[in-house]
Amino acid sequence: MGRIFLFIYQYRAFFTFLLLELFCTWLVILNNRYQGASFFNSANSFVASVNGFSQNTREYFSLRETNSMLAEENTALRKKLEQLNQLALKTDTLAGADSTVIKRFDFISAKVVNNSIDRLTNFITLNRGSEDGIKPGMAVISSAGVVGKIKITSEHFSVVTSVLNVDIMVSALMKRTGYFGTIQWDGHDPDYVKLKFIPLHVKPQVGDTIMTSGYSGVFPEGIMVGTIAKINPGRETSFHDLDVKLSQDFRKLSYATIIRSNLLNELDSLEMKVPNMQ
Amino acid sequence: MNRSIIIQGISFVIYLFLQVLILKNSVLFGSAFCFVYIGYLLLLPVETNPLWLMFIGFGMGLFIDMFYDSVGIHAAASVGVMYLRNFWLARVTPQGGYDNGAVPSIAADGLQWFMIYATPLVFIHHALLFFIEAGGFQYFGFTLVKVIFSTLYTMLVVLIIQYLFPGERRI
Repeated sequence: MGRIFLFIYQYRAFFTFLLLELFCTWLVILNNRYQGASFFNSANSFVASVNGFSQNTREYFSLRETNSMLAEENTALRKKLEQLNQLALKTDTLAGADSTVIKRFDFISAKVVNNSIDRLTNFITLNRGSEDGIKPGMAVISSAGVVGKIKITSEHFSVVTSVLNVDIMVSALMKRTGYFGTIQWDGHDPDYVKLKFIPLHVKPQVGDTIMTSGYSGVFPEGIMVGTIAKINPGRETSFHDLDVKLSQDFRKLSYATIIRSNLLNELDSLEMKVPNMQ
Repeated sequence: MNRSIIIQGISFVIYLFLQVLILKNSVLFGSAFCFVYIGYLLLLPVETNPLWLMFIGFGMGLFIDMFYDSVGIHAAASVGVMYLRNFWLARVTPQGGYDNGAVPSIAADGLQWFMIYATPLVFIHHALLFFIEAGGFQYFGFTLVKVIFSTLYTMLVVLIIQYLFPGERRI
């Protein structure tokens, strides 16, 4: 027994090394696999406040652009509102509709506290947390397009898995042809993502609009993703290899909107039942 | 001794904030990253206990991870480098050995020696970091490019800091 202790003592540096590395590995795996299991992230209030300070400073450099973007969004929304008002006057069909369907999605606006675009797995921190009703799995969009999904929340902050993350996939639709595929980032250029699983008999064109399909229930239907920028010559697969230019420039992201899908649970549990019945 | 611990503590905080407030925002061409905090770990005194080295590396890595939302990745890479550091220091001992309480810096042992000492360690740190982040070798080429450019960038900043503050931390 004594010799074992002597052995361990002699190689204590190596064993400490092993122990610490095992602990790190455990942390990495935990962070990859489970949602909200870890304390060591930027939803931690001290880290978030330092990051917030840093983001505040950075924001001064893009104030003009943010302003014009918000103004544009305002006009667009006002236009839409007016159209809806007209429609309601004409038809009044909504009066009899189910109110839970009308209120299917809630919108919560948030400010970006921290953002990264250069890594393979990018995350965004927002200044809204569980106290504002944010839960893991909710969708995040901006005025220009999709942003990501909530990963972890603390009381006042939440961490979003950005679309610029090789692990995230978003169900998307080609507006012109109606075919749907999957959006995934390839880790290279933060301006472009890949659109996968569009079959070869579909003829995409440069400039085609890509929107969310709404099939996953997380994102509402028809949120802008981007436009097709390049159709790569097909390799020997039965699908196109398409580059999509994101409509949201992630470098300049400073405000985002979190979407709470009130019917998500119902949709999920309904779809879960299908394999059980077979 | 006490004074040196306080100074080490202060420079720990300075390096940490330099990293997460300034250099985090300065990524060149989407592939060259600067992780200057490795400079702090490499410039700890030669005689520091290897266990302490690893714990300091672990602590620094974990703090950086919290700001980068990459739990465990920086910590793992830093602990790895801190484990290798003393073996490498013993290998590259300059003529006449290290002085009492020496710091492995340019001021003490010259630029050429420092490059030989620091470059491989920085390279190993970045390689560990980016390959763990990529979760394996499936993005091998792209990751290797990132490792090489980031090593150059980090070394440049570490050298600049040493020339700007040559006397600092030689206690």
